[in-house]
Amino acid sequence: MNFEFSEDQKQLRDQARRYLTEQSPPKAVRAVLEGNAPYDKALWKGLAEMGFLGVAIPEEFGGAGAGHLELCVIAEEIGRALAPVPFSSTIYLAAEAIMLAGSDAQKAKWLPKIASGEAIGTLALFEGVGNPSHKAIKVSASQGAVSGTKTPVADGAIANFAIVAARTGSTGREADIGLFIVDLTGDGVTRKPLANLDQAHGQAEITFDRAKAEPLGNTAEGWNILTRVLDRAAVLMAFEQVGGADRALEMGRDYALDRVAFGRPIGSFQAVKHILADMYVSATLARSNCYYGAWALSTDAGELPEAAATARISATQAFQHCSKNNIQVHGGMGFTWEFDCHLYYRRANVLALSLGSLTYWENQLIDRMRFRNAS
Amino acid sequence: MNFDDTPQEAAFRAEARAWIQANAPKEFEAELSQPTVGRIKLKNRDILEESKKWQTKKAAAGWACLHWPKEFGGRGATPIERVIWQQEEGFYGKLEGVFLIGQGMCGPTMMAFGSDADKKKYLPPLASGEHVWCQLFSEPSAGSDVAGLRTRAEKKGDDWIINGQKVWTTGAHFSDYGIVITRTDPTQPKHKGLTMFWLDMKSPGVVVKPIKQANGQSEFNEVYFTDVKIPDSQRLGKVGDGWNVSLTTLMNERMSIGARQSTGFPELFAFCNDLMLEDGPAIDDKNVRSKLAGWAVKASGLKYTSYRSISALSRGERPGPENSIGKLVAGTMLQDIAMFAMDLQGASGALTDADSPSIAGQFQSILLRSPSDRIAGGTDEILRNIIAERVLGLPGDIRVDKDVPFNAIPTKGR
Ligand SMILES: Cc1cc2nc3c(=O)[nH]c(=O)nc-3n(C[C@H](O)[C@H](O)[C@H](O)COP(=O)(O)OP(=O)(O)OC[C@H]3O[C@@H](n4cnc5c(N)ncnc54)[C@H](O)[C@@H]3O)c2cc1C
Repeated sequence: MNFEFSEDQKQLRDQARRYLTEQSPPKAVRAVLEGNAPYDKALWKGLAEMGFLGVAIPEEFGGAGAGHLELCVIAEEIGRALAPVPFSSTIYLAAEAIMLAGSDAQKAKWLPKIASGEAIGTLALFEGVGNPSHKAIKVSASQGAVSGTKTPVADGAIANFAIVAARTGSTGREADIGLFIVDLTGDGVTRKPLANLDQAHGQAEITFDRAKAEPLGNTAEGWNILTRVLDRAAVLMAFEQVGGADRALEMGRDYALDRVAFGRPIGSFQAVKHILADMYVSATLARSNCYYGAWALSTDAGELPEAAATARISATQAFQHCSKNNIQVHGGMGFTWEFDCHLYYRRANVLALSLGSLTYWENQLIDRMRFRNAS
Repeated sequence: MNFDDTPQEAAFRAEARAWIQANAPKEFEAELSQPTVGRIKLKNRDILEESKKWQTKKAAAGWACLHWPKEFGGRGATPIERVIWQQEEGFYGKLEGVFLIGQGMCGPTMMAFGSDADKKKYLPPLASGEHVWCQLFSEPSAGSDVAGLRTRAEKKGDDWIINGQKVWTTGAHFSDYGIVITRTDPTQPKHKGLTMFWLDMKSPGVVVKPIKQANGQSEFNEVYFTDVKIPDSQRLGKVGDGWNVSLTTLMNERMSIGARQSTGFPELFAFCNDLMLEDGPAIDDKNVRSKLAGWAVKASGLKYTSYRSISALSRGERPGPENSIGKLVAGTMLQDIAMFAMDLQGASGALTDADSPSIAGQFQSILLRSPSDRIAGGTDEILRNIIAERVLGLPGDIRVDKDVPFNAIPTKGR
């Protein structure tokens, strides 16, 4: 047994951290948040050049072919830096879906473009209020085209293509749902950007009117593939969340050491120390669960569904916990636009919903644990 | 990141499994395999005696105190082999409870500070369960603030004479030996005038009085010392260096308690699977699921956090203050889980007959026992201080008595 990242992986992390600290400072995050740009194009290009976008994409498709543990390492750093780029949509969702279910031709078409930063992808799943459910899907697919409205779609306004979950039958079963690749720049696609909590993860409504769609994998297997994609994305997103939680904790700690009140650094008051200790506890539990998820993801273990839900829930809780208490430790300063605390608070609460809510993952976890106990 | 055994670890696992298969006390399988958070009971058998039997058997075959050196009754095993053994030993490991303090805390302290002759003489019977040891630190006015202790040790020739009182000493009533921290120089600031010893609990002048606990049981005691004489050769560490010696004990305590702490989660999960509520199985209820999931990820987080520290240990790192997390999280969880499980039972939740199939008396006994998990071995507040100060690097609490000679510190109450 060995339950840590290797030296090479730690070096990769240091490299990614250095790069992102420099290229994705809060100033750059704010530029996107304040609506000055839809995402940070230069950073996106830079990430591609560093080989970070294609880290888990096989070499034959233009990636670095390193693997998913390496991708977890990068995801954590993306989260720490709040990088304002469509990383999660493109890499965790679109690229994973194509790697998992795509034909050789589809892989050859999209993966090199993803690795090089040329194509931004996303998953078009939700149709209004609610969580992932095959029953909720009304967007329909027939004769090589999809019609209907998806909302919200993360990075939907800037993506070049989307993996669209669409209804192909009417039996009421999961087998009715297929996945399709749709070129969002083609005919029959209308997009409307939606205002949301964190513009660095822009959301859009996309309406398809007989938009050309190419099946991704066996169309009767769509829901099954989607579930697997969501599980994989959940682990990767959890690393992003833990990166954010860790940074929020660090900010709180640094401020507590710096700010003086009643003649002492506020970090010497026990009430403040205990807030920070609890932040450390939640971030640490989440990190350990993420390592378990990373192992399951990288080995495609049978435990992946349970490990993914576990990592997802605890990372969601940890990022929310750390980011809200980081504001508390900062006092009034923490509530100013000028301080960076709210950037983490926003991101924490957006990521918490991005792959289905906490309640959804809690349900998933219990179902999966039951299944394991029964079998 | 790898859960697989190396070939060497796999061989070790196979050997351990075969031995346990052939030697475990199978007559207790039914009782031990039941979820048992808190105290275990064996029907019609004395738990101490049965624990000793199993430990002796393990020791004879080289399976006791695995990570200790062979010459002291261990096996010189790696941290990971220790985990493998625990996995394979499974519920039979519950029979180790009475040895936890001796083997987990007193033994390592003895190993670090005892004389060579004493180590050879006393450690093997501690490993084999022949001797039980206790830890005599806390006093009525010195619990969290253990350096505020008042039990005196005075040098008379080659001996020390001990007078004073300890309290909350777990297992003192059946212990053969103990490690005791005393004040040897009250004119020094409180952390400086302390000295550690080990002693025979049967020494003249030692009186042990069991305390009845809030849950009705008696696991801990008051211990009185009246002119108890012990030779200087039983000193652990230098005169006046007892505080540093005790830190070795406490660090090992956190590691050994933290790693084996019950969370109550597996018991709760099984319970919710079986329990029928008005609208169907409890586990189908939304509120129940959400609670279960929250605790599931904590239990899992603790498990993998301990795997991470084991990986660090096997790289040669020492157990650090981050291990405080285990008890801090599990203690509260246990208490909250007990309350939740009882709440699910409605009015019957208050009933305590553990043998009745319609209720789950185990949670009621967890309820009554769990407050102690948040106190013993460092309170939640002290553990948070440790994390804040020693892991996150925040300033220490203001200590008004730190540099004052101990006998000049104002006292109040007892
Ligand atoms: C079941 C059990 C078994 C035990 N076994 C042993 C044993 O074998 N050997 C042994 O030596 N001891 C043993 N103890 C004693 C245990 O270590 C102490 O009870 C514990 O350290 C707390 O000390 P106290 O009881 O004096 O409480 P106090 O220290 O008086 O604490 C009272 C309250 O004040 C809080 N508090 C105290 N100081 C601070 C501070 N600086 N900051 C914030 N809050 C503070 C505490 O958190 C607590 O809430 C055992 C205790 C229990 C419950």
